[in-house]
Amino acid sequence: MSDALEAEKTFYDEFPAEAKVVRSSLLGAFLALTLGAVFGIIQTLHRTGIFRGLISSTDYYTSLTAHGVFLALSFTTFFLVGLFTWAVVRSLDRPLVDIRITWTWYALMAGGMTMTGISVLAGFVDSIDMSADVLFTFYAPLQAHPLFYTGLAVFIVGSWLAGADWFRTWLAWREENPGERIPLQTFMVLTTMIMWYIASSAVAASVLIFLLPWSLGLIESVNPTLTRTLFWFFGHPVVYFWLMPAYLLWYTVLPSIAGGRLFSDPLARVVFVLFLLLSTPVGIHHQYLDPGIAEGFKFISMTNTMFLLLPSLLTAFTVVASVEYGARQRGGTGIFGWLRSLPWRDPAFTGMMLAGLMFAAGGFSGMVNAGMNINYMIHNTIWVPGHFHLTVGTAVALTFMAATYWLWPQITNKPIYSSQIGLFQVVLWFIGMALMSNAMHAQGLLGVPRRTAEPEYSGFDYPVAFGGFEELNVQIAIGGTLLFLSTVLFIGNLVLTMGNPRVSGLAETLRPALSGPDDAPEVLDDLRIWVGIAVTLVVLAYALPLAAIISDGGLLGPGVGTYPVWIDAAVGALAEVAVPAAWSLVDALAFVGSRLLDVAASGVVA
Amino acid sequence: MHIHAYEKIWLACSILLILLLLGSVTYGAVGPGVAMVADSEPQIDANALDEDERFTEPRVEQVGENHYEAYVVAFQFGFQPDPIVVPENSTVTFQVTSRDVIHGFEVVGTNANTMVVPGEVSELTVEVGEPQEYGILCNEYCGAGHHAMEGKLHVVPEEEFEETNGGESA
Repeated sequence: MSDALEAEKTFYDEFPAEAKVVRSSLLGAFLALTLGAVFGIIQTLHRTGIFRGLISSTDYYTSLTAHGVFLALSFTTFFLVGLFTWAVVRSLDRPLVDIRITWTWYALMAGGMTMTGISVLAGFVDSIDMSADVLFTFYAPLQAHPLFYTGLAVFIVGSWLAGADWFRTWLAWREENPGERIPLQTFMVLTTMIMWYIASSAVAASVLIFLLPWSLGLIESVNPTLTRTLFWFFGHPVVYFWLMPAYLLWYTVLPSIAGGRLFSDPLARVVFVLFLLLSTPVGIHHQYLDPGIAEGFKFISMTNTMFLLLPSLLTAFTVVASVEYGARQRGGTGIFGWLRSLPWRDPAFTGMMLAGLMFAAGGFSGMVNAGMNINYMIHNTIWVPGHFHLTVGTAVALTFMAATYWLWPQITNKPIYSSQIGLFQVVLWFIGMALMSNAMHAQGLLGVPRRTAEPEYSGFDYPVAFGGFEELNVQIAIGGTLLFLSTVLFIGNLVLTMGNPRVSGLAETLRPALSGPDDAPEVLDDLRIWVGIAVTLVVLAYALPLAAIISDGGLLGPGVGTYPVWIDAAVGALAEVAVPAAWSLVDALAFVGSRLLDVAASGVVA
Repeated sequence: MHIHAYEKIWLACSILLILLLLGSVTYGAVGPGVAMVADSEPQIDANALDEDERFTEPRVEQVGENHYEAYVVAFQFGFQPDPIVVPENSTVTFQVTSRDVIHGFEVVGTNANTMVVPGEVSELTVEVGEPQEYGILCNEYCGAGHHAMEGKLHVVPEEEFEETNGGESA
């Protein structure tokens, strides 16, 4: 038995080339996490008025843009591509088809994010005529430097190529294993990426057709409602793009760590299909208070949004049931007594469980956001970042950190430096977020706005409820500080782990589900059907609103000016360089697009 | 496909919860009459607000027996008129537009809240009660001075409102 265990191979042993890709992706993610955390602590102290000496209130928005871009776009996506590469290769038990393609998409993503990051950070330096203080939603007619939009486009194209890489590997596997069910982890990756292709097409169109040409001075103006709607077409599914890797870990890794097995493989597939179908036709729920969009479209979007609760509620059941099964396998008994038998000393387990618990709370505040009429109370208040720091900021980020304690040894053969520090770190995150997020929700109910350097005003005071404005500020600052310390511990532990020597015997197995894939109807694996239905739903939800916005306001807007956040003088000189560069980018995109179409077509035909 | 009995119960409860949430919003719309900010007003040239008689001179105007309209312009970094003066216990319809970038219009401590998008006019009708001073703030990032963008809504007694010449000046 022990011989068998020792002979078992880690991912690093079996797929060293792929393990390197996974490591590089995760390190990219953790670099972004570090930068994002630094801006996070600056903001939490600035906004609450505890310490405003480090940056000016004008630079606060540079910091806020950096926090959003590095954490919401870069940290999440780099972790995702690493995890998905691991999941595809592990579950198909075969290497990627061509590792050069793999490094190409990695280079595109890293290069794109570097360009965008430079354009944002240049905002801190007065002597450089470059800035992108437009926050990660980049609503026109506020205009960022062209480098910001160019970097985003390159980053997204890189992610498309990554998806094509995984699809190609799956197709190669299918030829070698005719008639077999798609392994669960690969199924999760493929459905998530189909959702990503549908969703990101809109933001890519917005950037390439409107925002980038506009920032280069090729077109005079844009229609703010149109670019905003295209952003949210992408902006809601992107939250599920962040969340799906966490779900993959909760479904396929957490039950095994708990000593059990996933309750039901078929239901996991159903959940991912529901996310594919429902994630995109809901984006207008971010625009409930937008003029220029009819009430009926908002109601349709809300109905879809409420049904999107279903897969998350199903997940809550399945994950708890699978963990309970694990606890009972370990000898746990009683109605709740089994909770004591779980491996709470394991930071990977405890971190993911706390993340799941926070996600339940985030789900409830999300139900408030989703209700069209209650949304009036909290729209654009600090309630909203309070909500998404529970979802992306904990359900996703804490799951990623916790999973790293489990995954890192598999991809490096190095044991974690200190599990105790890891355990302390995940609990610290939970406590910090509980404080910060709760106080943010409470301030939101007082009407305190989000996205502001100085939420106190000269002309009026906030009403008092759930504690006053000042007292809640202190809670936010303490919570934010604990979160920063937790990040420092996480990064420190990981750096020390990298100094550990490689050892053998770290392999962990993932046990198959209690109710396996053979119980799942074959139709679930027929991706063509789900692509068809998903696209149909998106067309139903968006064709009329987009047509109405364009026919009312025109493609380039009803006479709206341009408000660059960067200095105008350099535009002329820059445009001369940037225009040819933009055209070569268009050519490159067309080439990649045709390659993608080839791959997709062969997938559909085969 | 086998679905456990407990899971079926959970699924049924989940669907019930979703229907209840949808029902509560529908009730809010048809019962208390909470309407959404929508596309009720046609588009407007944000570079030529002067040509629209509502926004040439932003103001409060009586349009019905106890019904007033407030024409408000949001800009980097303030609101016009400031303060907005309306009489107590009346119905007020705000028409808010922007002459530059996207802003927010939030009457602090109430549910009067809307996005303000250049090229669009946001229309929002509220009931105001007893005399009170409210703060107004911009809740969408609009540029370097965003945090300084604020205004006032004064709900005043009838007599006082008439003294201000129908709210033309305050």
